[in-house]
Amino acid sequence: MIEARELTRYFDVSKPWLQRTLAGEPRRILRAVDGITFDIPKGTTLSLVGESGCGKSTVARLVVGLYPPTAGQVRFEGKDLAAARAQPEMRRRMQMIFQDPYASLNPRWRVHDIVAEPIRAFNLVPDPAQQRERVAELLRQVGLSPLDGGKYPHEFSGGQRQRISIARALSSNPEFLVCDEPTSALDVSVQAQILNLMKQLQRDLGLTFLFISHNLAVVRQVSDRIGVMYLGRIVELAESESLFTRPRHPYTRALMEAIPDLEMTGRSRTPVGGEVPSPISPPSGCAFHPRCPLANDRCRAEAPAMLDGVACHAVQEGRD
Amino acid sequence: MLLEVKDLRVEFPTRRGVLTALNGVSFSIAPGEVLGVVGESGAGKSMTGAAIIGLLEPPGRIAGGEIRLEGRRIDNLPLAEMRKIRGKRIGAIFQDPLTTLNPLYTVGRQLVETMQAHLPLSDAEARQRAIGWLEQVGIPAAAQRIDAYPHQFSGGMRQRVVIALALCAEPQLVVADEPTTALDVSIQAQIIALLKRLAREQRTAIMLVTHDMGVIAETADRVAVMYAGRIIEIGPVRDVVRHAQHPYTAGLMASIPPLDRKVERLAQIDGSMPRLNAIPPGCPFSPRCPHVFERCRVARPELMPAGATDAACWLHDQPGASA
Ligand SMILES: Nc1ncnc2c1ncn2[C@@H]1O[C@H](COP(=O)(O)OP(=O)(O)OP(=O)(O)O)[C@@H](O)[C@H]1O
Ligand SMILES: Nc1ncnc2c1ncn2[C@@H]1O[C@H](COP(=O)(O)OP(=O)(O)O)[C@@H](O)[C@H]1O
Ligand code: SF4
Ligand code: SF4
Ligand SMILES: [Mg+2]
Ligand SMILES: [Mg+2]
Repeated sequence: MIEARELTRYFDVSKPWLQRTLAGEPRRILRAVDGITFDIPKGTTLSLVGESGCGKSTVARLVVGLYPPTAGQVRFEGKDLAAARAQPEMRRRMQMIFQDPYASLNPRWRVHDIVAEPIRAFNLVPDPAQQRERVAELLRQVGLSPLDGGKYPHEFSGGQRQRISIARALSSNPEFLVCDEPTSALDVSVQAQILNLMKQLQRDLGLTFLFISHNLAVVRQVSDRIGVMYLGRIVELAESESLFTRPRHPYTRALMEAIPDLEMTGRSRTPVGGEVPSPISPPSGCAFHPRCPLANDRCRAEAPAMLDGVACHAVQEGRD
Repeated sequence: MLLEVKDLRVEFPTRRGVLTALNGVSFSIAPGEVLGVVGESGAGKSMTGAAIIGLLEPPGRIAGGEIRLEGRRIDNLPLAEMRKIRGKRIGAIFQDPLTTLNPLYTVGRQLVETMQAHLPLSDAEARQRAIGWLEQVGIPAAAQRIDAYPHQFSGGMRQRVVIALALCAEPQLVVADEPTTALDVSIQAQIIALLKRLAREQRTAIMLVTHDMGVIAETADRVAVMYAGRIIEIGPVRDVVRHAQHPYTAGLMASIPPLDRKVERLAQIDGSMPRLNAIPPGCPFSPRCPHVFERCRVARPELMPAGATDAACWLHDQPGASA
């Protein structure tokens, strides 16, 4: 259903031209997403995981057409995304749930109108009484009360606001949903409800998901396949279960080590050493080499190609 | 006890009547202790923290009960006096990091001024310590970055600067509201280790609000579970995590997604927490509780001894019974 090919998005973060010229500085280009390729077959879930700033949200925005790509392409059912999005019916079929539940809701609208907006925009339920019933049903579906429809976003806590944005995204009956950290602001009990809801919608309606999260336990529950991102690239792409049972890329392994776990009461975990480098001046060769225990001279000089689901010299040379 | 909260009640006058956001909240924290506070969104966790540091957003107000720091009441102090206590004796880390930093001053200047306001330090000493704090919260090349402005840091780094600011005047109590939620696991681990070290070595008392049970499990000594503006269970972390006595806590623990396997369906508590203006009579959890019985719908349970914890649940008022 979704195909991304060599998807790339750069941001120009240079100072204004005059200032830059006077100071004799070169342009500064931030490579937020740098040549990413994946497929999401209909009815399945692909998840992207990785540390903040690695480009997950940028991929999400590229895939729903909120940013044009710098290079590469996204295809929706075989059609180029830009062309597909010219048709309202195609726009209805793809929706996005944003990471930040504060920024994505219009503070001056009542919840009812926020949720009903896509229904009205695509003229899905013309009858006002039926429309109210549909909004009430959506609010119930995400664990809110139909009475909440009369309130404004600021009257809700963070987690409650995220449920409003999920209800809104579901209101146009989408077939493809991009979920950027949809439960990161939620507590576990609501998270369980939302994840169960997503899985049920997928079973019942055959929805296709691009799911973005940094919580690996959550990702394990919802994914068919998982892409691990580092500094704008996918470094490992595998079936969900095999990624968890046999992580191959050194970065994937480090991520797994760093997870806090309920059983670890009192024990400390192993953080991934070092920092995510800047995407403005990424390290030479393999971008992970400054933090990688297996790095050698080749890694510092030559970027590893994606081969058989992993982009790592050590794995490909069998010295992992 | 360093901090004692007794019967705290917080109200919000609104056009549609007075909302009681916190009702009968009581707990205490000893020096060097980490109290975790968990609970569903809207349960009142942030509100409890805000009441303690004297930063309830108007029209919210403390309508009953008392808050004591080292035995002295701090809930009714004049604004100026409370401002002195904040920063020096109570450090606050907020859920939203961007509100705490001044965009016009360098990070170093903000740290230095905060420290010098509360500790007798020369400029050079304060600057040295500021670099030390930035290192402690995991800012690489701290000595070079100390003169940068907040907007030159990434979101995660700004949150770490906020944490450094809250800790640099060496307060006795730190109220940390979701300090690591916006951070990656690797940085999160560093911050958690720092908070634990402060508690152990400096005897700092920490109230840690988070909805990440993994963080609670590895950091807290005791946990308070909040529901609809009340504490419904409080006890040692191991007991609350492994042998929850309140049906809500048990449901909460069961809904944590497992890391070691995929499950068809996560355990979930159906329904949602009642709105503040629609809290049912009797036990506030009764409409969702799988163990509900007659008495639950008419009488409100207070915290009572239950196993190794205290739980507000009538199941524990019957000799020999448990959830
Ligand atoms: N200005 C306000 N007016 C009316 N009610 C409010 C206001 N601010 C907060 N509330 C309500 O007070 C209750 C407690 O809010 P609080 O922010 O303490 O929740 P929380 O437990 O920190 O939630 P979260 O996990 O989402 O941060 C919620 O029901 C919320 O809707
Ligand atoms: N509109 C933008 N302008 C400039 N830089 C951006 C913009 N959006 C994202 N970035 C940068 O691109 C990188 C990837 O960001 P993002 O996709 O949000 O990461 P993630 O979602 O994985 O945390 C980051 O370094 C971020 O600062
Ligand atoms: S290519 Fe080299 S540096 Fe990169 S992950 Fe593999 S071993 Fe490590
Ligand atoms: S008091 Fe009753 S309704 Fe409330 S938690 Fe206990 S058993 Fe359930
Ligand atoms: Mg993001
Ligand atoms: Mg809060």
